[in-house]
Amino acid sequence: MDAVFAALADPTRRRLVERLDDGPATVSELARPLPISLPAVVQHVQVLEACGLVRSEKVGRVRTCRLEVTRLQTVQDWIDARRRGWERRLDRLGDYLDSTAPTAETDRIPPKGENP
Amino acid sequence: MSSVVHDTFAIERTYPAAPERVFAAWAAIEAKSQWFGDDAEVESIEAHTLDFRVGGGEHLTAKAGGQLYTFDSRYYDIVENERMVWAYEMHVDGRRMSVSVGSVELTPVPGGTRLVMTEQGAYLDGLDTSEQRQAGTEEFLGSLARYLERTA
Repeated sequence: MDAVFAALADPTRRRLVERLDDGPATVSELARPLPISLPAVVQHVQVLEACGLVRSEKVGRVRTCRLEVTRLQTVQDWIDARRRGWERRLDRLGDYLDSTAPTAETDRIPPKGENP
Repeated sequence: MSSVVHDTFAIERTYPAAPERVFAAWAAIEAKSQWFGDDAEVESIEAHTLDFRVGGGEHLTAKAGGQLYTFDSRYYDIVENERMVWAYEMHVDGRRMSVSVGSVELTPVPGGTRLVMTEQGAYLDGLDTSEQRQAGTEEFLGSLARYLERTA
């Protein structure tokens, strides 16, 4: 996880990830819109591969890179973890309300579809 | 290296209880302490006070995973049985981990009450409890969150 965050901390590598989100690309395709050398792009791709965000395979002389979407999902999961604390709290509120529910006569709420 | 990530999320629940009962569960410490800090991960509640009025606030200190968490809030808006808005900060072992605005809106629906809880937060570099994650978090989290949202 640390490696993923560290890899994505670099703006060039984020641009590579965004490009690969549109579909697989060769290293030279990745390098074309960037103002850096091909060897520099290769190094960035290696960092992305090392943390599992990108997979590449070489066919002949051409290396094609693709995004590992499941790895990106682990980052999303990390961000989602924050909301879970409130989800659990609000579920416990529901349990609390159930456990303290007054008798049907005093706290009667019309069920769905019923006209009061 | 310092970092901040901004995020907004909303959680919706429908409870089979009248708005008055749902509201009351937030408004009195006897009720709120039954559910608010009582997380399975929490080892002990060290302190919990609640002054439920505009300008008042809530304080909760709890131990979890060997660390001390504190929650400090201040209420900015309360409409009985309808809504409340507060701002709060969270610390872990004395490090500020987030500053947020929380809102709860209650709407009567057939069969009960719909609750919408919205949090708008600035999550700071202390938020991850793993000590290793210090490097590489400067400015990417904000753009990463937007990116993930865009590609969800």
